[in-house]
Amino acid sequence: MLNQLSISKQRTIIIVAFTLIPLLLLLTFAYYPALQLIHLSFTDWDGMSQEKEWIGWDNYVEVFNNPDIFGVFRHNLAYFLVGIVQNIFAIYFAVILKGKLRGRNLFRLLLFLPYILNGVAVAYLFGYVFDTTNGSLNTVLGGVGLPSDTSWLGMKSLVNYTLASIGFWRFMGFNMVIYLAALQSIPEDLYEAASIDGANGWQQFRFITLPNIYKIIELNLFLTVTGALEVFDLPFVLTTGGPAGASETFVMKIIATAFQFNNYGLASAMSVVLLVAVVAVLSVQRYFLNRGND
Amino acid sequence: MTKDQPLWTVFKYGSLALAALAILFPPYIMVANAFKTKDEFLGKKAMALPDSFFNFNNFVEAYKQADMSQAFQNTIVIIAATLLFNIVLGSAFCYAVGRFKFPLRGLLVGLFLFATIIPQITTQVVNFKTIQTIGLTNHLMGPVLLYVGADILQIYIYLQFIRNIPYEIDESAMIEGASLFRIFYAIIFPLLGPATATIVILKTIAVYNDMFTPYLYLTKTENVVVSTSLMRFFGINSGNWQMVSAAVLLIMIPTSILYLFMQRYIFNGVTNGAVK
Repeated sequence: MLNQLSISKQRTIIIVAFTLIPLLLLLTFAYYPALQLIHLSFTDWDGMSQEKEWIGWDNYVEVFNNPDIFGVFRHNLAYFLVGIVQNIFAIYFAVILKGKLRGRNLFRLLLFLPYILNGVAVAYLFGYVFDTTNGSLNTVLGGVGLPSDTSWLGMKSLVNYTLASIGFWRFMGFNMVIYLAALQSIPEDLYEAASIDGANGWQQFRFITLPNIYKIIELNLFLTVTGALEVFDLPFVLTTGGPAGASETFVMKIIATAFQFNNYGLASAMSVVLLVAVVAVLSVQRYFLNRGND
Repeated sequence: MTKDQPLWTVFKYGSLALAALAILFPPYIMVANAFKTKDEFLGKKAMALPDSFFNFNNFVEAYKQADMSQAFQNTIVIIAATLLFNIVLGSAFCYAVGRFKFPLRGLLVGLFLFATIIPQITTQVVNFKTIQTIGLTNHLMGPVLLYVGADILQIYIYLQFIRNIPYEIDESAMIEGASLFRIFYAIIFPLLGPATATIVILKTIAVYNDMFTPYLYLTKTENVVVSTSLMRFFGINSGNWQMVSAAVLLIMIPTSILYLFMQRYIFNGVTNGAVK
């Protein structure tokens, strides 16, 4: 039995036994792939053959010079822009749901609901809303006398914003809940003191609420940036990148390059570019978050 | 914001009502159409309510056609295995690093926390090959391995939680002669209950809603999970919105119920997880 052993022997056994498997898993599925990606990105590996040729920076040259690859980031931009608007709405709803309000919990529950729904189901939910001929959005618009034949998912100029607005619907409540938690940690007496001094609602928001949630705004904005860089499921399910590739995202390109065209080397280089972009964004975020703590 | 002007109050409630409407509108359309027969669907406007809310034919048909019994079964197996490994490995790991000082401990914890910065979506090109080498492509345990190995939310949550359990509890148990292993499973693990509940809910929702992993790793029909079953069903039924509506609702119901009953843990977990 274990309790026959001395405490220090038990300790050693526990430390080794309890950390070994998680550590092996972490190295295998997080660090090894990150390093291996870098290695593969300098080769022309097709994913199957035993041999891979070292081709230097060729894959990276291809990523940055081929507008079909790097230009796809333009599509991700729509998600970022809509994400900013989404954050403004999230702050607004967090502020009013923090105050006294009838049905506060119900509204909170409702606004967060989209976040927990299955992404594929949400995609089809909106597939129906945005459908050109049978879609409910066009029916509503027609009902109030507006043009009702907009092809929301079929127009190159519109499709990314349409998709990003689905992201808005899905994630606004998530941002809101984070803001709400931050608002609730602001001491109530700050507001009391301010209202005794005669500050109105807007002034209280501007000079107490905003400065106190700057860090959380930063956090949410960084989540928005990384989220926009990593968009995959909505366009993949709903438009498969169409019309004519107008809604392809960078991650979709990576998946197609690797698993359809078997160009693992190029896909690895693309992954590294994305990885570096996300790590850069997150490092900037950590820098900003830690700045205030020192 | 202390004394509300009438205009502000109207604006506040008005905006909330609009938001509620915007959130409920797409699901409403699904509910309105999932109960319609084919003829009703063609004859009526999308917004119109069905003749009867007792016409469950579409649901029955969708359940069969999308092979949802298989899909739910597979999804439950994946979720159960993921939770089991996450909870056992995660809590044990955090007991070891949360309770004992040993060389390289800081480095070990740092390795785990730093890994949050590597987005999983970027490493799939290599992970796919790793899973293939282990022979777990098209095996339900392939995704499980990825959910357990590459995600560290459970470690983050347990680590935060275990620091708030006073060490005196361990000490008094040691004085009474309990082995460290016994202290872990009989005392510390039960005290981690709320953290475990949060992990169970967040992981269940995340795995249930994931499409990317099963799409890449489980391509055979018998390995279908909820997300991929819906995609396949849509492939056969595109345009038949009354059928798609029924399938979509069937998929959305389980997490919605979970959400209603477990909202407190979900809100807590989301706030903690995001600030990591």
